[in-house]
Amino acid sequence: MSISVNINGEKRKLDAAPDTPLLWVLRDELGLTGTKYGCGAALCGACSVHLDGEVVRSCQIQAQDVEGRTVTTIEGADDKVAQAVKAAWNKLDVAQCGYCQSGQIMSAIGLLSQNAKPTNDDIDKAMDGNVCRCATYHRIRAAIHEAAKSV
Amino acid sequence: MTASSSLTDIFSMAPQAGAAAMPQPSRRSFLKLSGSGLILGLAAPIPDLGGAAQAAAWPAGLATDPFVRIGPDNIVTVIIKHLDKGQGAATGLATLVAEELDAGWTQIRTEFAPSDPIIYKNFAFGVQGVGGSTGLANSYEQYRRAGATARAMILAAAAKEWGVKPSEIAITNGVVSIKSGKTATLGALADAAAKGPVPSDVTLKTPDQFVYIGKKFPRVDSAAKTNGTAKFTIDQQMEGMLVCVIARPPKFGATVASFYATAAEKSPGVVAILQVPQGVAVLAKDTWSAIRGRQALKVSWDESKAEKRSTADLVSEYRALLDKPGAVARKDGDAEAALAKAAKIVTADFEFPYLAHAPMEPLDCVVRYDGSSAEIWTGSQLQTVDHGTACSVLGLKPEAVQLHTVWAGGSFGRRAIADAHFVAEACAVAKAYGKPVPIKVIWTREDDIKGGYYRPIYVHRVRAGLDKDGNVIAWHHRIVGQSIMAGTPFEAMSVKNGIDATSVEGANTLPYAIPNLTVELHTMKVGIPVLWWRSVGATHNAHATEHMIDLLAKEAGQDPVAFRLSLLKDKPRHAGVLKLAADKAGWNTAPPPGTTRGVALHESFRSYVAQIAEVTLKPGGEFKVTRVVSAIDCGVAVNPDVVHAQMEGGIGYGLGAALRGAITLKGGEVEQANFDTYEPLRMSDMPAIESYIVPSAEAPTGVGEPGTPVVLPAVANALFRATGQRTLQLPMNKQKYQSGPLKA
Repeated sequence: MSISVNINGEKRKLDAAPDTPLLWVLRDELGLTGTKYGCGAALCGACSVHLDGEVVRSCQIQAQDVEGRTVTTIEGADDKVAQAVKAAWNKLDVAQCGYCQSGQIMSAIGLLSQNAKPTNDDIDKAMDGNVCRCATYHRIRAAIHEAAKSV
Repeated sequence: MTASSSLTDIFSMAPQAGAAAMPQPSRRSFLKLSGSGLILGLAAPIPDLGGAAQAAAWPAGLATDPFVRIGPDNIVTVIIKHLDKGQGAATGLATLVAEELDAGWTQIRTEFAPSDPIIYKNFAFGVQGVGGSTGLANSYEQYRRAGATARAMILAAAAKEWGVKPSEIAITNGVVSIKSGKTATLGALADAAAKGPVPSDVTLKTPDQFVYIGKKFPRVDSAAKTNGTAKFTIDQQMEGMLVCVIARPPKFGATVASFYATAAEKSPGVVAILQVPQGVAVLAKDTWSAIRGRQALKVSWDESKAEKRSTADLVSEYRALLDKPGAVARKDGDAEAALAKAAKIVTADFEFPYLAHAPMEPLDCVVRYDGSSAEIWTGSQLQTVDHGTACSVLGLKPEAVQLHTVWAGGSFGRRAIADAHFVAEACAVAKAYGKPVPIKVIWTREDDIKGGYYRPIYVHRVRAGLDKDGNVIAWHHRIVGQSIMAGTPFEAMSVKNGIDATSVEGANTLPYAIPNLTVELHTMKVGIPVLWWRSVGATHNAHATEHMIDLLAKEAGQDPVAFRLSLLKDKPRHAGVLKLAADKAGWNTAPPPGTTRGVALHESFRSYVAQIAEVTLKPGGEFKVTRVVSAIDCGVAVNPDVVHAQMEGGIGYGLGAALRGAITLKGGEVEQANFDTYEPLRMSDMPAIESYIVPSAEAPTGVGEPGTPVVLPAVANALFRATGQRTLQLPMNKQKYQSGPLKA
């Protein structure tokens, strides 16, 4: 039995086994490789996507849980907040290796969608689940403030 | 007398040595593709490395691959010989070409070079690869020459077409023009340029002519890394591809005794279970099936040759050697005699744990092997080593194996491996499977954390003596730890007279004027694979030496910055960064209420870094690092913003290790598995960072690593000033820091 889901604005049928983590459905079945594997245990946030507008760790969501729901990945994130966040990331050259940045950006979009003018403490709370081993946190923080200017 | 070489000598070059070491091209070659513009390559003299046999082994097609390609579409593609794992190599090398070509920045593209140990060698290594913060330093003249040569050929073509002298033509921001107002793009002239001769020599710009070098402009990779399109190894997807995870032994040195595969074979999506020298490989149609299949696999391990000691066993064996003389890495005067006469002696024993690199993208490698040829895709940091290893495992000649370097999700040293073990095992899997489909071997995070190749455990003892006036008259530093280089192909380069230079670097080059100074080393044999970890020997030597300096400053009743400067009178570059950091941090002004400052200074990879950390104590014995001010002297900063990024990230990487980083062993098994037990630095830990660069006209030196080791002692010294407590054991969460009566 296939699973119906809206992914980045398109209706898709998934072939994956119901207990397959959404992360691997996105990457291996749908080829949406912008969403990254980092830990498989909701410890690093590299796999962050939006499920019905909420930031979730896709490694912890099973395929069967997305039936009838809406998933947005880095590839499909393009509303006003997403555009502001991506522009700020570019402007400040946040990325180093870049591997975690899809997840960072999805979490930042989630934060700014709820809170248009976050403080540093708000950023700490919202972003603490997203690990960056290059430690680009300094610029992530600055880029969130930068994006907030145009949200 | 100092040990003759350090990792810096091996993997980095002095500016002068760099220029001298770079072979002047004995011939220049360029290729033109009909209708596709100018392709320019500078062919280094082939006999320079490996001689005729090497030249014969490498087909001409590879050896003439270019550095710069200008297409009729006006796109300038710069071929990047080094892996970019976040440090900005692609941006840096593209900058050098754009500078001398006078290209417009938006017309620049980059692509990674194929494996070729001659054309694309690192002049600091003699083979292709990057590490030791050499990426830009060894390419600085080479890539500028490539750009300047292309520029000269474009000028010649324009001169011919317009009937003017080349000297009457300007190139600005990619536009070729003459006074009459006639203009052309680089792309429009590329075909004509390719038909002209390649100039035998070109003049490089002087620094006052630089348009890009030293200025801030965007990275080449930001867009792709911001919209999810950058392709890493893990993102490679090909027709018929299988994904593989490998069950590896829980103890290092164990091997497969037997395994029960039936349940795993029945697991959905599993295609094959294969024994390879590294363990048991599970091949499946997709990643999740491979991971689930491995969970169903039962393997019995032969642990007869495995390392079974625990961390506590190792540390106690190491500590016992602190009382015994070791091999001498440096000896000035007579430290023991001077200690015997000292008015005050300060002694400190330090302990540093194993550290995993834990790059965000775990190790991974794609291999497609058809029995007579192979293609490999991976974030290859030492292309020549990875390529050679693949050839050896697959039993193929070099020309039958193509290695594609792709963006890597971090390395910090982890992808530069003398035994290329993750490429070797991927090739072993492909060979064992024997069908010509691409196989992507992925390490899970648990595989990564438990997988070894750690920064080694080190213990140190430093004893230093002050005379009655507070002058440092003696310094005796004994180091005990595992050699990174012993037993690898790099051993001959690095290990001399029983001293692995990477074990003592930074300690045996202590810059302070101390008349009686001894540095000794005991090298331990342990069955845990170890590796360079961002800044290598400096990761422990910087902390031991710089924390000790603060302990001495306190005994001498002196300010830590003034105390250092008094010992650095003939070290202007050390003193320069120290003064800049102190000035920018407001060292001589009161810190914010509740805040204490600490300072540290260290040279590594021929760059000089001083940092000042501000810490606040929290109830319960914890603390927060609120601000770090950093100053670096790295010669010319080709792209200052990339230098700042490396300082920010380097500080964060070092701080993560300082606060919580430790891999521990129990009965030989690693006790950590993922980011809950090996806790990385997170956003809320990150201090505000201010990075400054000392203006310099010297050739560029390392920036990827030198920012990392300094933050440990800077934070420890701030905590020492706040609490009187020493930081002798890393990580810092091993103790509670309480303000109150000094305990030092």
